Amino acid sequence: MDWWDGFWSTYNTVIFSLGVNAMLALSIYVTLSCGLLSLANAAFMGIGAYAASLISMQTGLPFPVALAVGGALPALVALIIGIPTLRLSGVYLAMATLGFGEVVRVVVLNMDITGGPLGLNGIPLKTEWWHIVLLLALTLYILARMRRSKIGRAFEAIKEDEVAARLMGVNVAGYKLLAFVIGAAIAGVAGGLNAHYTFTIGPGNYAFENAVEILTMAVFGGTGSLVGPTLGGMILTLLPEALRDFNSYRAVVNGLILVLVILYLPKGIWDPRRIRHWVKTFSQRKPQAGGSN
Amino acid sequence: MLEQQLINALSLGSVYALFALGFTLVFGVLGVINLSHGAIFMLGSYAALLLIEHFALPLWLAMLAAMLVSGLIGLAVDCLVLRPLRARNAPHLAPMIATIGVATILTSLAQGLFGAENKRFPVGTIPEESYNWGNLHVTAVQIGIVVISFILMLVLLAVMRRTQLGRALRAIAESPKAAYLLGINVEGLFYLTSFAAAALGGAAGVLVGLSFNAITPFMGQPMLHKGIAVIILGGMGDIRGAMIAGLFLGFAEVLTVAYISSDFRDAVGFGLLFLILLVKPSGMFGKVLERKA
Repeated sequence: MDWWDGFWSTYNTVIFSLGVNAMLALSIYVTLSCGLLSLANAAFMGIGAYAASLISMQTGLPFPVALAVGGALPALVALIIGIPTLRLSGVYLAMATLGFGEVVRVVVLNMDITGGPLGLNGIPLKTEWWHIVLLLALTLYILARMRRSKIGRAFEAIKEDEVAARLMGVNVAGYKLLAFVIGAAIAGVAGGLNAHYTFTIGPGNYAFENAVEILTMAVFGGTGSLVGPTLGGMILTLLPEALRDFNSYRAVVNGLILVLVILYLPKGIWDPRRIRHWVKTFSQRKPQAGGSN
Repeated sequence: MLEQQLINALSLGSVYALFALGFTLVFGVLGVINLSHGAIFMLGSYAALLLIEHFALPLWLAMLAAMLVSGLIGLAVDCLVLRPLRARNAPHLAPMIATIGVATILTSLAQGLFGAENKRFPVGTIPEESYNWGNLHVTAVQIGIVVISFILMLVLLAVMRRTQLGRALRAIAESPKAAYLLGINVEGLFYLTSFAAAALGGAAGVLVGLSFNAITPFMGQPMLHKGIAVIILGGMGDIRGAMIAGLFLGFAEVLTVAYISSDFRDAVGFGLLFLILLVKPSGMFGKVLERKA
């Protein structure tokens, strides 16, 4: 298993990132499934990462506690800022959450305990592959259960038509807040996991670009189901590795893929209806071709 | 010294306003948040630099040419990306994400073509004169920036308020469908708007390039953030609002740096944005049309 050791030591962070990015894409999926476009998830990831790392570095508490706080603190922040913010809709909400993210970045930049612009260094390596697999599986399980529950149906109703949902007696504000808080918790846990295998985090890791990246993963994969964001997160993690040969034009290809997916696959790459359609046309074409000859 | 700060703030603020003008124009008429506006701003700056370096054009001519170049880039983005999305009636999220892709493409193309390092205008391009009144120190560049920005802003405002064209654009902003039924060439005016907005962005790029004498592929992103803050503060799609809010942001930033701390410079805009969204989502000067964004 020599090749495996070599492979693992070269690519383990990439492999870890597959799971963490899938979780991040799922975190924004939760808010999108409720019709909210929030760009605060990078900031929530950052809050989770800093909280978890500080616990690991400054206390002797075990890793699960650090991760739990990494999920709980962003959820609490989301609860506090969500109450006034979620009155906004559409583009306004996107901009407000963007503003919140930027404020978090500047606050982190200017605090002592966070290490300021230098960030935190020497975070102990505690994340193991099965932590990520377990938490990703747990996230998927909870979200899948939620989708089929009363909560999931309420989200769906709000996404389709907020006014109609309210008239049907759905507590729109409450469910929106719930989606926002759940998304923040998932992003925070993902941030905590991420910090414990990258050793170092800084305020620049959780800025606008990262918020956009998380959104891109979800939209690229498709937000109609849980498979979409998971796949999207994974593919967009691997893409930069695969495009290594393009060197400085790697980002061009990245951007191009984003534009082309939005233009030609508006529901993301995982769109069951389209896939079924493809399978159908493919399987129909085959016997026809055989028959005519 | 307050007077000196106010003069610096005026020149900074008028660039913000000029940048935000194109940004808000596109939102007002097309209903799209065009996140490639920052990249187009950056390319306008490079266009002027290359024209001066290779063809030794006089500054004013290079600036006009740079506006033309960036306008054409904006037009190309509209034709290739925004038009297909319009034809499909895509929700607001789609053009926003697609233009993020465009911004990535343009930024990394610029990085590949021109290198990542700071470029400067050749010696002698930028007027060296400066004027002193008592303790006040004003450079010719600062005066030029304020004068050119105000001329462009007033021209745009006059066009919107006094001409048939402006009336047609405002009709489209109100309702593209109704405008179309009234015999307005909606698609043509969409193109014109994209062109004009990008040209204004390019002009702002040249002015910023001149005032800092440093041009990089990455100068678009921070400017885009300010632009977002400005158009929210001013009321999305509101041209006069963008002018006032741009100046306001310039003053707020300069005074923060002067009297509080330079650490918070970048948080000022977003902090204001966050506050204004919570208190008055339609913007400081808004009675803004409630757009189903």
